[in-house]
Amino acid sequence: MNHLPQAWGRPRDDVYGAYDSSHLQTSGPNQHTQSPVVTGTSVVAVKFKDGVVIAADNLASYGSLARFTDVKRLRRFNSQVVVGFGGDVSDMQYLDRLLNSLDIRENYSSASDSPLHAKNLHTYLSKVMYKRRSDFNPLWNHLLVAGLDGEQKPFLASADLLGTTFASSTLATGFGAHLAQPILRRTVPDEDSVQKVTKEQAVELVKECMKVLFYRDARSMDKYSIAVVTKEGVDLKEDEKLEKQSWAFAEGIRGYGTQIN
Amino acid sequence: MASVFSGAPPMSGPGYSFKQTPTVASSGNREHSFYPYTDNGGSTLGISGADFTILAGDTRSTSGYNINTRYAPKLFKIGSEGPDGAGARIVLSVVGFAADGDALKERLDTIVKMYKYQHGKPMSVAACAQRLSHILYNKRFFPYYVHAILGGLDEEGRGALYSYDPVGSYEREQCRAAGAAASLIMPFLDNQVNLKNQYMPGSGVGHALEQRVPEPLPKKDVEELVRDAFTSAVERHIEVGDGLQMMIITKDGIQETFNKLKED
Repeated sequence: MNHLPQAWGRPRDDVYGAYDSSHLQTSGPNQHTQSPVVTGTSVVAVKFKDGVVIAADNLASYGSLARFTDVKRLRRFNSQVVVGFGGDVSDMQYLDRLLNSLDIRENYSSASDSPLHAKNLHTYLSKVMYKRRSDFNPLWNHLLVAGLDGEQKPFLASADLLGTTFASSTLATGFGAHLAQPILRRTVPDEDSVQKVTKEQAVELVKECMKVLFYRDARSMDKYSIAVVTKEGVDLKEDEKLEKQSWAFAEGIRGYGTQIN
Repeated sequence: MASVFSGAPPMSGPGYSFKQTPTVASSGNREHSFYPYTDNGGSTLGISGADFTILAGDTRSTSGYNINTRYAPKLFKIGSEGPDGAGARIVLSVVGFAADGDALKERLDTIVKMYKYQHGKPMSVAACAQRLSHILYNKRFFPYYVHAILGGLDEEGRGALYSYDPVGSYEREQCRAAGAAASLIMPFLDNQVNLKNQYMPGSGVGHALEQRVPEPLPKKDVEELVRDAFTSAVERHIEVGDGLQMMIITKDGIQETFNKLKED
């Protein structure tokens, strides 16, 4: 036992060798995120006549390892905005802290009769993302901002690590862009059809997408978070389980696994 | 010993199934593997006439084979007085990397507004065009990856159209197509607007052939050309489609139209 405080809580030098101080990067180039490490997969969202539904599973993967199975990737900002995060989890946690400080600052400084709405928050986040990509130090995320805009109308838009932004009546990041978007667009092909979709239909649609994603996305999980944003506020459920799964189709798959024929 | 049991994640990110992660650091300098650009597809087009300028662009936004959205405008009113674009006299169209396009639009818009506040008169299109060139060239070594087209009316009230490359080279032209389907649309415009390869009937053969002389087209004809150009581009280019946004700048202001294009 070493009695020197600087050694406390560290691997013992006599067993593991001294700390390799080259990791401290006292000189040499700054290290930026060049690729994500712990990642979250798809986020899916769809607008309906009085709001937006958004969902993401609770898994954070380390490559192909399902590393953390209780990571909440939907973040409630205030009573009318939810942000969904795909991509690097540590960068998500940074953005979470950033949004926390923004929220506190807003609540102290401005008259609270007009809180930041979804459109404000999307503009803010997309500028953060674009600034970071322009510094060659990107936040490795793809975000969906869901909520209500300044006129209390449903708002859904995306921002990614390059600062690219777009809005649509249905959005999905990562694998969801391939698997969920076609399902979502079947029901909500354009902005006009949003008016015909009820909350119940939208929730059902998003749940169906989460199920399809769980069937085919190897980096996904059957535990997920889902949020519904309406004028009444945010209804965020963070511990949902996929229902009505049917793996009957798996019986028919040949050529993988242990069967002989 | 320490290097073997390194608990730090491997430098190139976590490995996938069955892949042995490296236990020693790779030698030499690591290069940035982050590429800060992408191509969001789409196409734009501008034609100037005697007393008007038309700018047009499709509204599809893509990444790879995916459609991000069917409505992402590429045309922006510059120097307007409010969020609804009232009072603008200049239109900017940008195609290429959409995030850079938005940043460029925002910067030019701010500059044109500040000019008006400071000088008490709206910026001329010629001045705005040169300023845009400077903005682009200022980022010569980390360019805005966009092809910009700027349209308005010049001091004499004639249609003015300026086109740019990503680093700020610019030129006033009668017509220009940019973006994904530029190579499909531009030759059509050369022929129909600048009357290239069109000769006076019966003027002779070989060197005796007399070129038809281009002159400013009427607004109705130009609108038809734009529509034809885009419906044809949609047929042959996968990144073009969904909607056609047009802005017609005349002395009475900016008239904006939207028409559906094929969504396939």
